[in-house]
Amino acid sequence: MNFQVNNKALLVGVSAVVLGLLAGALLMLVTGNDPFQGYQYLFAGGLMNGERIGNTLAMATPLILTGLSVAFAFRTGLFNIGAAGQALIGGLVATAIGLTFAWPKPLLLPVVLLGSAVGGGLWAWVSGWMKARFNVHEVVSTIMLNWIAYWITYYIVPAYFKGQFETESRIIPQASSLKVDWMTNLFSGSYLNLGIFVALAAVVVTSIILNRTVLGYRLKAVGYNRFAAEYAGIHVSRHIVASMTVAGALAGLAGATLYVGYASSIQIGVLPSIGLDGIAVALLASNSPLGVMGSAVFFGVLESGKGFMNAMTKIPPEVGDTIIATIIYFAATSVLIERLFTKWGKRKPRGDRT
Amino acid sequence: MISIIINIFPYAIAFTIPLLITALGGLFSERSGVVNIGLEGLMVVGSFAAAAVTVALAPSLGPGAVWVGLLAAVAAGALFSLLHAFASINLNADQVISGTAINMIAGALTVFIARTFTGSGNIQLEMGVPRVDIPGLDAIPFLGPLFFHKTYATTWIVLALLGLLSFVLYKTPFGLRLRACGEHPQAADSAGIRVRRIRYAAVAISGALAGLGGAIILVTYSGQFNGSVAGLGFLALAALIFGQWKPWGILGACFFFGFAATLANASQAEPALHVIPDVVLKVFPYVMTLLALVLLSKRSQAPRASGQPFEPGKR
Repeated sequence: MNFQVNNKALLVGVSAVVLGLLAGALLMLVTGNDPFQGYQYLFAGGLMNGERIGNTLAMATPLILTGLSVAFAFRTGLFNIGAAGQALIGGLVATAIGLTFAWPKPLLLPVVLLGSAVGGGLWAWVSGWMKARFNVHEVVSTIMLNWIAYWITYYIVPAYFKGQFETESRIIPQASSLKVDWMTNLFSGSYLNLGIFVALAAVVVTSIILNRTVLGYRLKAVGYNRFAAEYAGIHVSRHIVASMTVAGALAGLAGATLYVGYASSIQIGVLPSIGLDGIAVALLASNSPLGVMGSAVFFGVLESGKGFMNAMTKIPPEVGDTIIATIIYFAATSVLIERLFTKWGKRKPRGDRT
Repeated sequence: MISIIINIFPYAIAFTIPLLITALGGLFSERSGVVNIGLEGLMVVGSFAAAAVTVALAPSLGPGAVWVGLLAAVAAGALFSLLHAFASINLNADQVISGTAINMIAGALTVFIARTFTGSGNIQLEMGVPRVDIPGLDAIPFLGPLFFHKTYATTWIVLALLGLLSFVLYKTPFGLRLRACGEHPQAADSAGIRVRRIRYAAVAISGALAGLGGAIILVTYSGQFNGSVAGLGFLALAALIFGQWKPWGILGACFFFGFAATLANASQAEPALHVIPDVVLKVFPYVMTLLALVLLSKRSQAPRASGQPFEPGKR
């Protein structure tokens, strides 16, 4: 039973990817480019050699974490559109800790990570609390909190951590960076960092929480039917707050892997794109933690390959984002794909089905 | 104090108008039962269509090209919103996810196309809509400079639309049906109303208005398409809720946001505003929205069936 459900999710996911890639190919054709060449360079740019594979994984790291964040909240029936703001706050806290304390790396790094998780978690807690206490829809409150996070960062960074330019913080010291020499060398100078282990650990932990614990069972029960869950004696509002806070902590960690892992300073005036992309990742993965890992790596390939494709051909890099967005649309309309497959299934004579 | 108000008032109105027309689009969609979180993307599409058409026609039409551009934005927004309508009405997709997809597709696709043609992904506009003094009225002391001095023609168009749209929503059979679909689609269905068709129309209207909103930003204060409207679509959504899904409430909410945002932008130029830290002014509209949501939560006027797919058999 369980296996079949997963199969269906996989089928829908793969179909959405294929349709998205076809849409991308069509775009390339219409604008007078060769799609085969385009995709060749796109995937080569993501996977050609050790350095590029490392960069792809480094790009995928925050996407895994924001994808988990969105997926986790989804399981409780909450739509976390605020992963961008939570990641920004997480990254801000991580940068602030990294620039303030001159501790040795083994002590400082856990504090940096913990700080980012707490920052992101608290930021999302506000949405969870407002949903549970006042029934304020989390989509609206997280969007508002995104912009509040944006402006807070906009003023805090230049005021307290101003770097060489007005628009970014000072470069964080080596001791608070998730980058380590052996990993950088192993992937011939890529951006890959310890964050990938944080992300993998998060995949395992969320998978265990959701599938093997009472808490996960209750969270999912609230997501399936909040009234039935309440009738069964589950404290619904408490679980809504818990789910949102965990989701925020995951997004906060994503911010740390982005700003003190992939990058070495925090920029102001941009909401990180990993928030919206995290929704894409979670959706394509049907909200399963393991699936999140797979789809994040796939999006990582697109993200890190598009620059190379743009350099080698005349295709604008935005084709990568268009493909991702189209995939989301097809994943959102998965009913269409399912209907098509049921139609094809029915066309076969009954004896053929095993 | 009064001089500050007179100075920033025209900017506040310029900021309010695109917000208002987009929020009115959201109003039509939500009152029919379809949540349209894709307003942001639809604004981007409108801004792109207006920029492309205006630049393409400017050599042959001259200043008139702007108006053709605005019409193109309306058409493009309506067309693009059909993607959302199809997903949420025919396929019962999660409307928030479908709207998010609209936002992502719009942002990526328009820049992709713009980059194919211009190379940079931005489209620069050489001209906008003209600013006019309203003869006679602009001579009124105090109120004249506030409302009738150097106004954009689009401002008056949008205000006229506000009146027209609230008339349609409350005084016509179509409006009554539309609201019925948002409150109780099954009851509407049993009364012979074609729920899906009404919802399609409502989403297309919301796309047209959001497209117009994005184009107005372009032809008034921005003058450049760059693939983003800086979160104004989301702010319009907040104004819709702040205004409790009512046209005149939305007008108030939009003006409040417009004034707050302009105050924050003007704080550098106005020494009197230096006492308030910039960051407070910037987050003010968002914090106020959150507070308003909390305060209004007990008696929210949200359309009851908003966000729910229509299933005829369900009671």
